[in-house]
Amino acid sequence: MIAESGHYALVLALALALIQSIVPIVGARWRDAALMNVARSTALAQLLFVAASFAALVTLHVTSDFSVANVFENSHSLKPLLYKITGVWGNHEGSMLLWVSILALFGGLVAAFGNNLPLSLRAHVLAVQAWVATAFYLFILITSNPFLRIANPPIEGRDLNPVLQDIGLAVHPPMLYLGYVGFSISFSFAVAALLEGRIDAAWARWVRPWTLMAWIFLTLGIAMGSYWAYYELGWGGWWFWDPVENASLMPWLAGTALLHSALVMEKRNALKVWTVLLSILTFSLSLLGTFLVRSGVLTSVHAFATDPTRGVFILLILFVFIGGSLSLYAWRAPALKQGGLFAPISREGALVLNNLLLTTACATVFIGTLYPLALEVLTGEKISVGAPFFNFTFAPLFVPLLLAVPFGPLLAWKRGDLLGAAQRLMVAGIVALVAIALVFAWTYGGATLAPLAIGLAAFVIMGALCDLAERIALFRIPLSLSLRRARGLPRATWGTAFAHAGLGIALIGIVCETTWNSEYIGSMKPDDIARVAGYELRLDGLSPRQGPNFREMVAQFTVSRDGEKVSVMTPSKRNFTTRGASTTEAALLTRGASQLYISLGDTTADGAIAVRIYHKPLVLMIWWGPVLMAFGGLLSLSDRRLRVGAPKPAKAAARALQAAE
Amino acid sequence: MRSRALAAAVLATSLMLGAMPARAVLPDEIMSDPAKEARARELSKELRCMVCQNQSIDDSEAPLARDLRLLVRERISAGDSDRQVIDFLVARYGEFVLLKPRLNEHTLMLWLTPPLALLLGGFALWRLGRRKANLPAGAADSSPELTPDEASRLERLLAAESAPDKPL
Repeated sequence: MIAESGHYALVLALALALIQSIVPIVGARWRDAALMNVARSTALAQLLFVAASFAALVTLHVTSDFSVANVFENSHSLKPLLYKITGVWGNHEGSMLLWVSILALFGGLVAAFGNNLPLSLRAHVLAVQAWVATAFYLFILITSNPFLRIANPPIEGRDLNPVLQDIGLAVHPPMLYLGYVGFSISFSFAVAALLEGRIDAAWARWVRPWTLMAWIFLTLGIAMGSYWAYYELGWGGWWFWDPVENASLMPWLAGTALLHSALVMEKRNALKVWTVLLSILTFSLSLLGTFLVRSGVLTSVHAFATDPTRGVFILLILFVFIGGSLSLYAWRAPALKQGGLFAPISREGALVLNNLLLTTACATVFIGTLYPLALEVLTGEKISVGAPFFNFTFAPLFVPLLLAVPFGPLLAWKRGDLLGAAQRLMVAGIVALVAIALVFAWTYGGATLAPLAIGLAAFVIMGALCDLAERIALFRIPLSLSLRRARGLPRATWGTAFAHAGLGIALIGIVCETTWNSEYIGSMKPDDIARVAGYELRLDGLSPRQGPNFREMVAQFTVSRDGEKVSVMTPSKRNFTTRGASTTEAALLTRGASQLYISLGDTTADGAIAVRIYHKPLVLMIWWGPVLMAFGGLLSLSDRRLRVGAPKPAKAAARALQAAE
Repeated sequence: MRSRALAAAVLATSLMLGAMPARAVLPDEIMSDPAKEARARELSKELRCMVCQNQSIDDSEAPLARDLRLLVRERISAGDSDRQVIDFLVARYGEFVLLKPRLNEHTLMLWLTPPLALLLGGFALWRLGRRKANLPAGAADSSPELTPDEASRLERLLAAESAPDKPL
């Protein structure tokens, strides 16, 4: 019953989406408020039905109903409850259902909180949202029905892939999808603007919070995924330039550019046409990512060719939406008037430079990810494009970008003073030089580029602080006055500073981890001692242990430094009986921002075990950076100026009267 | 998405090899000369484990990756330069083994896209800037007329904002 209800709810959601696709547009043409308002109710009802459908699938997984194919293939009655729930989206069908659930959620949010939007804009936005939803409901119902029954229900399930049985699966995919799918809102706004033929600064003001929200989730989702890979895969890598990762990085790069160009549009009414294009591109890249991951084209071009139903369906969706929106753009964009002149050296100019570099970086990831596929399809020749290519091409793009980051917020709108900005960044420059000199002296004879990169990171971080110091006139006026100014600063300013500083933090982590990583690889027997980066790790012994749906071999290490015991680490190897697969559970010991990392290999006949121990200096900063960026985004999102329609305090209103240009 | 990569990586290794995965760089592979070992590690990062999804032989757990790692070390012991080792592997396994493709007619577009995107983007901006500068000041700055409804909304929005002359 539950499976059928879930399936039926999804069909009803499709029906609602079809209504929402057409009626509001007709209403907007006829200027009929009642018809336009249909969008609101259908969007909310759609959310209700998709949520019901999703809840049905969760219930089936939790109750281990193996008469449903999806549950049988991905669950096991002995699996812990958390993984029964997360297993819902640990497979193709379920993850697509999560995808449309989040799409419906965003549609519902616009419907519920979009009261301050002009009626026709809201009708258009929700209609476009429904077009996307319709396509994906059809995709699920036709090619990937998660509620399919099995005629002869088996007694036990096949269990979820062991690598996925981790807390990471509970957080990473939902976060990532909130980001991916969140960009559908900016897409819908862009297409709605093109349909209406009207776009202005107010439009940018409505789009920015949605973009920012999606960007925050995507940032956290990518960072979380990276940390998950780091501790789960067992060799301490945290970014692999894997096509699947690139699929999420592309919308992030484009979304970051969008965030900055929407700023120019909101403040200065410039870059309109470009912002609309970026909105379309960002969501198109999200769709492309969905295609790459969901069609199987990545595993092999041939896997795609042998079972093409799903792939071809998504490819079709891709063509319709990307082709359609870009055609609409080519047709209507010239009608949108450009506005807001600015000199090359200005805040706008800096943001344009940001956009140029970020979109180029995005294009680089795009070509690097798709080129091998295209080349194989066209010529049959197989090449690989991996980490060395991306590292090589990314550095020249990110060095100027990071150098420019501190300048941006210090330049004035319209016409900036580069020399003045440079003078105000003097402190940051000096700190950077000192950092370079110190690191260089400390690691004398070692890597030459790493100290420079650390200096760059210091410059970015100090630059963000300089900007804040400048705004509150630190040390130029009495401290109490500065503090009062600091409280008065818009939260968006704090957000910018945090996000930019986060970049520098992440860079320090990346440089330290890749340059000064030390490792020990060897076979150890009980009571053997390994020495890594000043730590002594003694293997106390190995012992078997029985888990709920696995058996594991646990090794116990006593970690000491200078003869003093620091901690005990217990890495293990797990064997999952149902799938016959094994996973390595690395043990991590955090010391400040650095980590010790142990992962186990195979045991040999004489009782020794292969052990890999890493010391990763400041590695945690790699993820603190994105968390800081997301926090900055959150601060910015909470800025009263972005919450359009927020009640105005009397004081601000009086000031605004004279200042409103 | 990472999850998919994890799953795919694990699936690829376990399906194709059917064996329990060994770990990357095993203790018995390490060369006695640290300088040569360091060279071997650097080279390993540039070479693809051909049966894995986008893993270098330095990262991969597959037996094939181990064979390649041993081969790289064998060539280094035999006195090959880095370039000769790479050439040897390409001759044996084709360009597919390189994670950073070499520049040739088939990879021209791959290598040219990033600089071209940057140059074309920069050029377009320069042209746009010049065209704008030549326009009379008022022409470019006109925005579409607001409907009365929008005008009143906009007023409300602007009023709700703190003084816009403050820096962002």
